[in-house]
Amino acid sequence: MSKKYDAGVKEYRDMYWTPDYVPLDTDLLACFKCTGQPGVPREEVAAAVAAESSTGTWSTVWSELLTDLEYYKGRAYRIEDVPGDNESFYAFIAYPIDLFEEGSIVNVLTSLVGNVFGFKALRHLRLEDLRFPIAYIKTCGGPPAGIQLERDRLNKYGRPMLGATIKPKLGLSAKNYGRAVYECLRGGLDMTKDDENVNSQPFMRWRDRFEFVGEAIQKAQQETGERKGHYLNVTAATPEEMYKRAEFAKEVGSPIIMHDFLTGGFTANTGLANWCRENGMLLHIHRAMHAVIDRHPKHGIHFRVLAKCLRLSGGDHLHTGTVVGKLEGDRASTLGFVDQLRESFVPEDRSRGVFFDQDWGSLPGVFAVASGGIHVWHMPALVTIFGDDSMLQFGGGTQGHPWGNAAGACANRVAAEACVKARNEGRELEKEAREIMTEAAQHSPELAIAMETWKEIKFEFDTVDKLDT
Amino acid sequence: MSLQATMGDYQTKQTLETFGFLPPLSQQEIYDQIAYIIAQGWTPAIEHVHPSGSMDDYWTMWKLPFFGEQELGNVAAELEACHRSYPGHHVRLTGYDSYTQSQGSCFVVFHGRA
Repeated sequence: MSKKYDAGVKEYRDMYWTPDYVPLDTDLLACFKCTGQPGVPREEVAAAVAAESSTGTWSTVWSELLTDLEYYKGRAYRIEDVPGDNESFYAFIAYPIDLFEEGSIVNVLTSLVGNVFGFKALRHLRLEDLRFPIAYIKTCGGPPAGIQLERDRLNKYGRPMLGATIKPKLGLSAKNYGRAVYECLRGGLDMTKDDENVNSQPFMRWRDRFEFVGEAIQKAQQETGERKGHYLNVTAATPEEMYKRAEFAKEVGSPIIMHDFLTGGFTANTGLANWCRENGMLLHIHRAMHAVIDRHPKHGIHFRVLAKCLRLSGGDHLHTGTVVGKLEGDRASTLGFVDQLRESFVPEDRSRGVFFDQDWGSLPGVFAVASGGIHVWHMPALVTIFGDDSMLQFGGGTQGHPWGNAAGACANRVAAEACVKARNEGRELEKEAREIMTEAAQHSPELAIAMETWKEIKFEFDTVDKLDT
Repeated sequence: MSLQATMGDYQTKQTLETFGFLPPLSQQEIYDQIAYIIAQGWTPAIEHVHPSGSMDDYWTMWKLPFFGEQELGNVAAELEACHRSYPGHHVRLTGYDSYTQSQGSCFVVFHGRA
């Protein structure tokens, strides 16, 4: 017998709170940290989040009866306390896979972090983690190349790669900018990077920058016998312009381009990743705007979710913070999302803020990029924390060297290789940092000067967004 | 003294990737890296090339990768044998990682003269 239409407003929990539900392998699972308005029961809040992020609206409508909402609805299936927090709780919600268009991170996010975040019954709402079902992952393109292919293309094995963002970040002419790139690359960096806000300003139009940088890469490769690159930023006002710049970057011989995935948006990012895959180009991803979204511990989206979304949308490098440098980043939490970028399976681990097992199937891995306020003294910690599958970027820590970019690059390279060699010999890098660095500096005056220049610089502030413990 | 007088001049080097910025490894240091490759479960392998071809993806393999080899001394002896046969060539040691289908380690042990 079919249901009768009963107009009016029902409590969300009647339909969307299903504590007996056992999630399917094909469900997309979400964990939200919810902070309700005073007096609203937890079950009602959780059910409201499930409803408003899936099939529900505030009032019953007759057309609901034309479909099978039991099949399509999101379900709040579990509630947990947040450790050390009496006002918030975790709500776990399962969404059937058919709610989402295949291969569209845009569609997933529009549903899950749409209107529900402005819902009045909630004071705060934060998307802590997502479990993508393997069936959905198989519909996404993912990284254009991935860690293994990038290593093979660039001939970089057994160590982290080294880079630098060219400084000053704004104001250089194209030729002077190319000079700064060339000096870094000839000195021993593997790649350099456009600053994120370098697009195509009046002082340096994109085409001119690409040409001079192209020459810098070729010359450095010939002189060093190593493969080099520079992330040419193709982030632009329109997709058409973005693709035009990408084509020209390929023409000047750079192996890699760059995009800002949050300000540019997931539509642009996924399209660009597909272009890179078809054109044999690597894609470096910057994350401007992320702290607006992810830094507040009770509202927004945790970066581990944005990192997962990027791996699905596509990118070969993603900035993850440094743990030790000038920008915010808790160590355990950072390691939690670094795993999500690089591993093929990541088990649930609450000590790292990982709420679900995540099977990535055959999706290639993404290099973790550590950048921001780091210098040679951080090298032992960085190699320990990030391991080989990382890109360590020293901007000021290369170009601030008293002898210039090439000597600064050399200092970083010597330090990195000394750390890798010592690690392989079984030494404990963080404990023996001073000895390892001092030994390495004995045969590198460039490193000795760098160690003297930056010996006092520390960034010791407490993390704002800590893991819930 | 002027600033310029204390400033070093960095000369570009042919560095051939990983460990190219360290002094030549001693026999003991090479042993340590072979031990690391074996301890990781990787397969040691040796390749060589004339310096004019150092930028190529493929260098010439010296025999086959040493599957299942656990003796450091055997790998070190093969490195020496390769170097003796091709004294003018670069010789590099690779650790093949079958799980990642990549090279967990790869560095030049002997530098040939161009």
